[in-house]
Amino acid sequence: MASLLDSILGPRVHPLEASKHSMRYGTPGFLLLVARVLLLVSLFLPYWHMELQAPQYPDGLHMTAHLNALSGDVAEIDGLNHYIGMRSLYEAAEIERMVGVFVMIAFVVMLELAAYIHTRWAVILVVPVVFFPVVFLLDLHLWMKHFGLNLDPHAPLSNAVKPFVPTAMGKGGIGQFVTIATPGAGLILASVVSFVLILALFFHRRAYLPLIKQQKSMGSASA
Amino acid sequence: MKAGTNKLRQLSVLGTGLAISFAAASTSAQSMRDVEAIAKDRGLTNADLIAAAKTYLPSGEKDDYLMFASGGHAGQIFVVGLPSMRLLRSIAVFTPEPWQGWGYGVGNEILKEGFPNGKSNLWGDTHHPALSETNGDYDGQFVFINDKINARVAVVDLRDWETKQIVKNPLTLSDHGGTFVTPNTEYIIEGGQYAVPWGSEYAPISEYKEKYKGSVTLWKFDRNRGRIDKDQSFAIELPPYWQDLSDAGKLASDGYFFMNSLNTELATGGIQDKKPPFEAGASRNATDFLHIIDWRKAEQVYKAGKVEQIKGFPVITLETALAEGLLHVTPEPRSPHGVDVAPKGDFIVVSGKLDPHVTIYSMDKIKRAIADKTFSGKDEFGVPILDFDSVVEARIEVGLGPLHTQFGPDGYAYTSLYLDSAVARWTMGGSYGSGTPEPDWTLVHKTPVHYNVGHIAVAEGDTVSPDGNYLVALNKWSVDRFYPTGPLLPQNLQLVDISEDGTKMPVIYDMPMGVGEPHYAQIVKADKLNPWTTYPEVGWDPHAQNINPMATKPKMERVQRNDDGTVDIFMTAIRSHFNPEHVNLKQGDVVRWHITNTERAVDATHGFAVPMYNITASLEPGEAVTIEFVADTPGTFPFYCSEFCSALHLEMMGYLMVEPE
Repeated sequence: MASLLDSILGPRVHPLEASKHSMRYGTPGFLLLVARVLLLVSLFLPYWHMELQAPQYPDGLHMTAHLNALSGDVAEIDGLNHYIGMRSLYEAAEIERMVGVFVMIAFVVMLELAAYIHTRWAVILVVPVVFFPVVFLLDLHLWMKHFGLNLDPHAPLSNAVKPFVPTAMGKGGIGQFVTIATPGAGLILASVVSFVLILALFFHRRAYLPLIKQQKSMGSASA
Repeated sequence: MKAGTNKLRQLSVLGTGLAISFAAASTSAQSMRDVEAIAKDRGLTNADLIAAAKTYLPSGEKDDYLMFASGGHAGQIFVVGLPSMRLLRSIAVFTPEPWQGWGYGVGNEILKEGFPNGKSNLWGDTHHPALSETNGDYDGQFVFINDKINARVAVVDLRDWETKQIVKNPLTLSDHGGTFVTPNTEYIIEGGQYAVPWGSEYAPISEYKEKYKGSVTLWKFDRNRGRIDKDQSFAIELPPYWQDLSDAGKLASDGYFFMNSLNTELATGGIQDKKPPFEAGASRNATDFLHIIDWRKAEQVYKAGKVEQIKGFPVITLETALAEGLLHVTPEPRSPHGVDVAPKGDFIVVSGKLDPHVTIYSMDKIKRAIADKTFSGKDEFGVPILDFDSVVEARIEVGLGPLHTQFGPDGYAYTSLYLDSAVARWTMGGSYGSGTPEPDWTLVHKTPVHYNVGHIAVAEGDTVSPDGNYLVALNKWSVDRFYPTGPLLPQNLQLVDISEDGTKMPVIYDMPMGVGEPHYAQIVKADKLNPWTTYPEVGWDPHAQNINPMATKPKMERVQRNDDGTVDIFMTAIRSHFNPEHVNLKQGDVVRWHITNTERAVDATHGFAVPMYNITASLEPGEAVTIEFVADTPGTFPFYCSEFCSALHLEMMGYLMVEPE
């Protein structure tokens, strides 16, 4: 049992060695810490914006998605969407919004653990976080697609508007509306986190791979 | 050779093209030369172009000032933007107004409050709007207005620009002397006008002196509730002199208010019996009386209970008023109209229509004369008369038919001249004197206006800190100014630029007003107001200025038949449907129809109109209304949204089906 745990945690660094090469052994941990902080900060920032422009809304209509909430002119956009038979936006990604914060906390814990694991097992803890922004966008796109392609055929304008896939990122359009979807600061931060984590893995490998190799060769030598 | 010609032709084509594109470029750039060409074509002078440049607002730009003008016979308030002179809104007050649904579905209970003796009266003769004040300056929160014909005062909340209250004066039937507010809107002053017996009861005119009464009412304003508090209001009995316009003192004259009077002769007319008509009898004396009333002292007297209950309303009798020293008068030029307090409260300017002077009284001198009892006698009711020469500061000949005075920020005062059809600019003296290049107390200039000017309004010109910049002359006659609209011609509201000194004060805009005769107006800096663009929350009751617990909530729509036989209809309105769309009733049902506009978008107003039942309501975003009626007419009634709310507006309808008994 202890040996299994040891094989996951990997080699420990002697304090003297650690202080001698503080950059080498400190960098992966530091980068993981930065990633955790940025992730936590992103929780409080919007992940996604959608602006709808039309002549009768000179200030536009704005919708903002945080990981756990939708805000802005959602009611107004829902009101307009009912003409084409689109479901209320509040019904979209309900589970995602419910668990979003907990997933983030789980990510932070995973990164925390990853800092103590000096083997390639750390990769398993880090990679989900690396792919998080991509998964977010993919999920968003799938919801958009689901909503856009499943319009109520009995809606007032269902004869005039064919099912369509709203644009999850960039410029789109429907009727007199131009839609502009942009990433929020939170999503940008999460993308920065992905980059930081890749760096962290690189430095992780540079710091601990030699130790593991050394351990292995010592092991085979003793055998 | 041939090839060469072709090349040349190509070049010339290219050249023409270039020339055309240059011309197009210069058109899109638009130069002053284009302006000159248009001016020449339309026969506009440089002065016309300057006037246009000073008043024109490009689309989307907003006015600097808002003018709240009485609607005259329309019984409403009109709101006009300055300097563009565009009519922005009418605010329904005393008269039903279908667009706002006022009296047809909303506001019915407020109109009812103001019915004299409970009798339906559905018009008003609005005269003098008064914006609420804090420390003598407009605060942009409320506007009050009187109805001269029935002695009523209305309160309008400037958050949603809707009338909240109408109070009927129980003592009198005309109130030309309202509305004016004390410097912190403690009271709304409502002066009477034509004397009548208390409560307008019957009394033969032979008993005029004994039975007919003059009065002024002080309505206590409760700012938190946004309502007049009738239980803390009182009136003061005055001689039956036909008290006229009033104005509250401020700063140096704080605690006092002033009123004119126009029939100190106590004329009773009788042209049909060959007696002198009122027009002669009531202007026989060389002077009438300026009333000086100490309202702070009057408030103490009222609070001490020294009042008589008349028609259920506390009145400080003339006897008590005299015993307590609340009332003094002093002679003023006859047939006076305006009495206007200068910005620092130190001077009171009075104009008599039949005297070419403005007469300026000094508050210092008035206070001294009261303290020293410098009386030239007493009138026949025992009111002490302050000696005219002891209280007058200056008299300036300004022209014929002076009516009303307003003030600029720099020491100029402006007086309307009805007979001269002009606005006079004159200089103030005292501490104002240094503000103007001309000597004190002199006429500077007269600008002709078109025609028969009544009131004038200067931007914030009756407050402690006038803005100047603009003056509006509210002219009664327009004669030849506009296209003749049949024999009934519009009023003419003329904008005068008073931003420069001396003789430069040109008319820069004529605005026709074809819906009533605005009497007085007040002009407030637009940024002092903070109006709502939608009601704060869905289900808002504008009358209570709060959420209405009975308001229909989305998904709670229903027709509810109650045990007592009444029916509550809970309906929502949102683009582009009402819910429910079918309403089945039985003939004779007593119906309460609760509709909530659940919209949150600015300007997403819905109407609700029911044929044959005389019902129409305006439902602004978030607003909840309750319409009560008896379904007495059986039949099938398509009700609909009367605002073009959306592309599917025509489809926003439903059927009311009333089954016959």
